[in-house]
Amino acid sequence: MPAPRGPASAALTEYLRLEDHGTTRLDDDALHNEVSAAVAASPDILTDDDLQLALFLMYELHYTGIDGVRDELEWSSSLIAARGELERGFEAGLRDAVTMPELPLPIAEQVAEALFELTAPTPGPSLARYIAKNATREQLHEFLIQRSIYTLKEADPDTWMIPRLRGRAKAALIEIQTDEYGGGRQERIHANLYARTMRGAGLDDSYGAYLDLVPAITLASLNITTMFGLHRRLRGASVGHLAAFEMTSSLPSRMIAEGFRRNGYGDQVTDYFDEHVEADAVHEQIAARDLAGGLVEAQPELLADVMFGAAACLTIDGRAADHIRSRWEAGETSLRHAFTLEAA
Amino acid sequence: MTADARDGDDEIKGFGAASIVACPNGPLLVRGDVELLDGDGHPVPRTRPTIALCRCGASAVKPFCDGTHKLMRFRTEE
Repeated sequence: MPAPRGPASAALTEYLRLEDHGTTRLDDDALHNEVSAAVAASPDILTDDDLQLALFLMYELHYTGIDGVRDELEWSSSLIAARGELERGFEAGLRDAVTMPELPLPIAEQVAEALFELTAPTPGPSLARYIAKNATREQLHEFLIQRSIYTLKEADPDTWMIPRLRGRAKAALIEIQTDEYGGGRQERIHANLYARTMRGAGLDDSYGAYLDLVPAITLASLNITTMFGLHRRLRGASVGHLAAFEMTSSLPSRMIAEGFRRNGYGDQVTDYFDEHVEADAVHEQIAARDLAGGLVEAQPELLADVMFGAAACLTIDGRAADHIRSRWEAGETSLRHAFTLEAA
Repeated sequence: MTADARDGDDEIKGFGAASIVACPNGPLLVRGDVELLDGDGHPVPRTRPTIALCRCGASAVKPFCDGTHKLMRFRTEE
């Protein structure tokens, strides 16, 4: 169980712990009240450590669970109610923070073109360029730690979409996910390639090993994907998010691989990034045209949410990347506490 | 997936009828059973069932696409 970061995550971890020991009657109202009050008081829920950690932990119950927490709690009505408070606040915060792009016509090729326009590479400073040219080994460790929160379960949040789609969009998602999961070959599953990268850099690849170190915006980057994936209502946003994610991956992956090579790392560490140069150049075409375009042609009423999901991905992942780069440029750690790799 | 798709190390074979999608302003998306050869007739290893072939000429991982066409604002029309 991670260390709480404020009243909501403290109430939640206490709740999960009491339920585990079965010694005290659970105070459902206390949890709900703490969460509601914290959501109402939060100046920016996207970077709120307390709330993003609480949401992350609630979502973990839907993935592989939390050690020591009973499986039944996944569908505890009290937890789901408190989660609803967090999600309403998070979604409102996102809709506030995201600038909506102009909507294209609900035709697949037009949707694809609008998405390529929205995600077009921009000149100027970026985290990937910083990594290619300037990052030290210590900063590369930090980067791998930051990315591990999502990437050790890469593709999993998007899998929630599969039963919610039909036709061309569903086939496109399956085509992408098949590749993400290594075509069914364990050693080629992207999350496993990433674990191999972490081990190659001397890091612990067990899920959540560095959870206490990562800031709210990094948790938000996974939480947004999980929220979109778990709510059928938000399937359009989920599709748009995945499209934007795939469409901003190939070129940065090449630069990131360069940064690792520059610091003397070999194939075990760079394979993951090299794989994504080629894989995501395929995925972005399928995601833009067949997944997003195909969904909008079948259900034009989802167009605005597809574009919202794409813009939300760029906003959140852009803020997460800017956080890391600006801390590094100031000579500081991007983590909540400085991390030093123990010499082997 | 057919049985022979699991043969070998990374290479994948056996994915049915071939098709090529010419993506506007982007690569050629190739699906299905296609023999991919280099200029000397040697097979180019294929590690995924759907591949994107470079059409702008600027990819660093030719014959595959790496997204560089987006930096060049490569256009296939007009």
